Amino acid sequence: MSPRKTPALTSTHIVYAVVLVTIAVGAVLVGSAGRNFFSTGNISDILTGTSVLGFIAIGQTLVILVGSLDLSVPYVISLSSLVAATVMANETGNILPGVLAALALAAAIGLANGLIVSGLKVHGFIATLGMGLIISGYLASNYKGSAGQTPLAFRLIGATGIGPVPVSTLIMLACAGAVLLLLNRSRLGSHMFAVGGDLTVARMSGIKTRVPVIAAHVLCSVLAGLAGLLLAARLGVGSPTIGSQGGYDLLSIAAVVLGGTLLAGGKGSLVGTLGGVLIFAMMDNIMSVLQINPFLKDVVRGVVIVAAVAVYARRRTLGRPARFSDTTGPAGPPDTRPERIQKDTGVTA
Amino acid sequence: MHREVLTRLTVIAATSLLALTACTTDSSIEDPPSAEAEPAATEAAPAESTDEWFDQAVYDTQDEQRSATFEGDPAQPHLQYLAGDMTDTAAFASEGAKKVCFANASISNPWRQTGWITMNEQLKALQDSGVVSEMETRDAQDDDNTQISDIDYFISEGNCDAFIISPNSTAALTPAVERACETGKPVVVFDRGVETDCATSFIHPIGGFAWGIDTAEFLSGKLQEGDKVVALRILPGVDVLEQRWAAAERLFEENGIEAVDYFTGADPTEIKKIIADELATGDVQGVWMDAGDGAVAAIEAFEDAGADLPVMTGEDELSFLRKWEETGLDAMAPVYSNFQWRTPLLALEKIFAGEEVPAEWVLPQSPITEEDRGEFLEANEGMPDGHYAKFGGEDLPGYPTVWQERQIP
Amino acid sequence: MSAHPTARAESGSTRQPLSRNRSSRGERLLRFLRTPGGAVFVLLLALLAAVIAANPSFGEPGSLIRFLGRTAPIAIAAIGQYFVIASGEFDLSMGSVVTAQVIIAGNLIGQDESRAIPVLLLMLVFGAFVGFLNGCVTTLLGVPSFIVTLGTMLALLGLVMYWTGGAATGNPADSFRQIGRGGIPDVPVVEVIPYPLIILVVVAGAAFWLMRRPFGRTLLAAGDNPRAAALAGTPVWWVKTRAFMLSSLAATAAGIILVGYAGVHPSVGRGYEFTAITAVVLGGVVLGGGRGWVLSAAAGAFSLELLFTLLNFLGVQSTWRDSVQGLIIIVAVAVAAQTWQRKRRGAPPAASQVPPPQPGTAG
Repeated sequence: MSPRKTPALTSTHIVYAVVLVTIAVGAVLVGSAGRNFFSTGNISDILTGTSVLGFIAIGQTLVILVGSLDLSVPYVISLSSLVAATVMANETGNILPGVLAALALAAAIGLANGLIVSGLKVHGFIATLGMGLIISGYLASNYKGSAGQTPLAFRLIGATGIGPVPVSTLIMLACAGAVLLLLNRSRLGSHMFAVGGDLTVARMSGIKTRVPVIAAHVLCSVLAGLAGLLLAARLGVGSPTIGSQGGYDLLSIAAVVLGGTLLAGGKGSLVGTLGGVLIFAMMDNIMSVLQINPFLKDVVRGVVIVAAVAVYARRRTLGRPARFSDTTGPAGPPDTRPERIQKDTGVTA
Repeated sequence: MHREVLTRLTVIAATSLLALTACTTDSSIEDPPSAEAEPAATEAAPAESTDEWFDQAVYDTQDEQRSATFEGDPAQPHLQYLAGDMTDTAAFASEGAKKVCFANASISNPWRQTGWITMNEQLKALQDSGVVSEMETRDAQDDDNTQISDIDYFISEGNCDAFIISPNSTAALTPAVERACETGKPVVVFDRGVETDCATSFIHPIGGFAWGIDTAEFLSGKLQEGDKVVALRILPGVDVLEQRWAAAERLFEENGIEAVDYFTGADPTEIKKIIADELATGDVQGVWMDAGDGAVAAIEAFEDAGADLPVMTGEDELSFLRKWEETGLDAMAPVYSNFQWRTPLLALEKIFAGEEVPAEWVLPQSPITEEDRGEFLEANEGMPDGHYAKFGGEDLPGYPTVWQERQIP
Repeated sequence: MSAHPTARAESGSTRQPLSRNRSSRGERLLRFLRTPGGAVFVLLLALLAAVIAANPSFGEPGSLIRFLGRTAPIAIAAIGQYFVIASGEFDLSMGSVVTAQVIIAGNLIGQDESRAIPVLLLMLVFGAFVGFLNGCVTTLLGVPSFIVTLGTMLALLGLVMYWTGGAATGNPADSFRQIGRGGIPDVPVVEVIPYPLIILVVVAGAAFWLMRRPFGRTLLAAGDNPRAAALAGTPVWWVKTRAFMLSSLAATAAGIILVGYAGVHPSVGRGYEFTAITAVVLGGVVLGGGRGWVLSAAAGAFSLELLFTLLNFLGVQSTWRDSVQGLIIIVAVAVAAQTWQRKRRGAPPAASQVPPPQPGTAG
């Protein structure tokens, strides 16, 4: 890769600029409805909204970084909530076994996803869509409605806050910090970037390309499992539909892309993802306070997702290494950067 | 090459984390939503085995309630109730218009949309009479987690004088409803229930078992032993729907009727394919539905295949009533009384007047039969196909335009 | 375009031209059946045999033709999705377009037959417009198509539901519904030829023809290597935008059929995008673009529907059907991926900047 100039403004900067704009808009709109955007209850509402989606989006960031996708997260979430709640069965002493069982199962699903994607060379979209269907069938066949019960001590995680900040949000941020360290400071982390950036180059430079892909999928499922645990804490029971109710699969992918991570992999920012999650949470909060018609909420969500990504989509492609077509054929020319493609099509357009 | 980006990321992350933790630890722990302290202990470990939806005791109760006499004026079924425990509301009696906070599960199906329109017209009537100042609504879009947040938001920010909650699911919403009860304000729950009796009133029609008994007895009476019934179900795991099937399945078994059930997601395309495949394998004498949404597609599948029309149960959705009349098939329309959407606001009117209300407010739920079908079709002329015959809003201000044009706020 | 949600997993494989041979017809057929795009036809026949074995009456011409008729909309959707996937993009808005068109037909036509033709034209224009919008935002603004069409999916459905108050008005006039419900009666042997089947044949023929035109070649070229295609003078943005328009128009056609077949309901069309993508992938078309045969996509749709029918006939508990479907998708795509890989290993490392005009199978 030839050296390139670092743009003064990274996508992460832009994401947080959008966050600030959203805060400003939110303050005005919520104020106009006679409410305070910065009140304890409102901030707590927003942050609660970030925690579940946050867990999932962190994992989704990893999977997208290595060039895959995870559409199975909603079902992993539901399964994890059910396993945790049934193992705990309202016994405080069972909290640890419940948590471990849920996370182990989630990790096993992630491992299967990773093996199918990296070993069998099935596109992440299809592999995880299929895995999601498999789990969904299992859930529908074995759980008719909610099951189990989480004990009070465990439920407090979902219901306690320090000031306006829910404990669940802090746990989510701690996970984000840990994953950030992994990405920045560990060999595995840089291998993830490398594999997502250019599989052939990564392989030629001696990286075992399967390992980062599998690791990303395992981590993503485990984080989805954590989201399931948090939901089990908030609901008090396990639910076979709680994951799909939230539409977390597509929403988390949207949050990741909104946060500046390239959908094709190799380039991205976990901090940006958190910004994307925050934007979604604030948007939901504002629309709920304004009592927007639920159908129109979806319209706003759809438009904002596209518009926000469009704001920096063009700019973002600058300074990104190429990642698809040129890496696939052995005969691809060595210097095929998207910015060139952009220019080329720009000319012909 | 990632180094510089990564360093920047780390710096940003570290600072934002620091900033966040700094302000959180500094904040005083003024009102931790500790909430659900006691009630959890009193619960007798609910939802332990919800695998089996059939509950003989509830089944028997609802079976009796089908033929019970309701208190109140039959011309106003939304105010009728079964005699039973009453909640004393003297403590809530107070003057002036009140602010109501409504945590709604969703308006994602025609039944809920119709009810939501009716509820808003009822709201206008009560605003005109000075009972309610405003109703703030948060719609959870079918998500338990969102509805829990909605209720918590109302508790901390809503300045609510009363809560109305239409729970998205039974067990999951129980803790949040308990938190609402702990505010000491009146709480009215309707449609699906929760596993606590802390609410001032829980409003619902008789229930799913009654639906199952009505429909299965009708089909069994019309069919021979060994006949086949295709049961079209929307989705698994929703208590009000599961109970309908639990009762019907048992009765079909008792009467020697072969019943196969499918999940359709209420998608008429699915329904048509299922019936077409069933008709390709053999004759089908009956169709049972756990909700009438898509009933027309089921009838059309028989028409398209050139097969004899089945004996059928649908719902009081107008599309079904119209198709039923047009084809002259042998059918009945069970009802999950849509007029229950009026009752919560009227219950609050009583509560703020200090009048006692039923702790469990069981509303009438009587099916539409061949005899009274014409009557309901006439009364609802001009309404859209997705409208429900027993919506019960004929005396409200916007009738009939608001329902005809389906103005959803 | 940064918009490539390209398969990293496939990136090890190659874009070898498959049809540089001048061998005999029989040899070529065999070769074809060994490609993923050909294997789907073997899968199709195997499933058909299994369904008929499970329920012999399904094999009667009358039953078969009805099955073909009712599968037409999903096959048409798969053909539409094929264009977008072959160009290296995704169209997640397909299901919402179907639903929107169904509701538009119900609300605007109503019981007034004279409005059928104007509204039909309006629906086609609207479908083309949605595709145009998807294409332009994807190519000109550089937003990944996954995100663009996800946004369209949410916004379109929300708008239509808001406008119609939950889509409750009712079905359009019966004459309009005949397009999806009726057929040519009194045909010997098969009893009836459903109109949807005729529409499917026309659409498939047009798609086949289109893929043999220069458009088809540039489409695959743009999906395979947009840069090379652009250098070769292809207006990539316009090629891809047309692919999106074809996809939305296919969804419109599916919607027109479905409003007849099933009637108006907000859940008609739900999940169509995933079913269509699955069908396309089952047809051996590679996510990420540049490869695959359009008729294999249609065959993928038929295979998928046959699978569901088989599960129905075998009496598999309805809740387990999702699992079986998931398993089969993964296995089918894994097998296809292994086949591509073997091909690559066996093929000579000839360089080709511009991919072959046809995916080698259309001979």
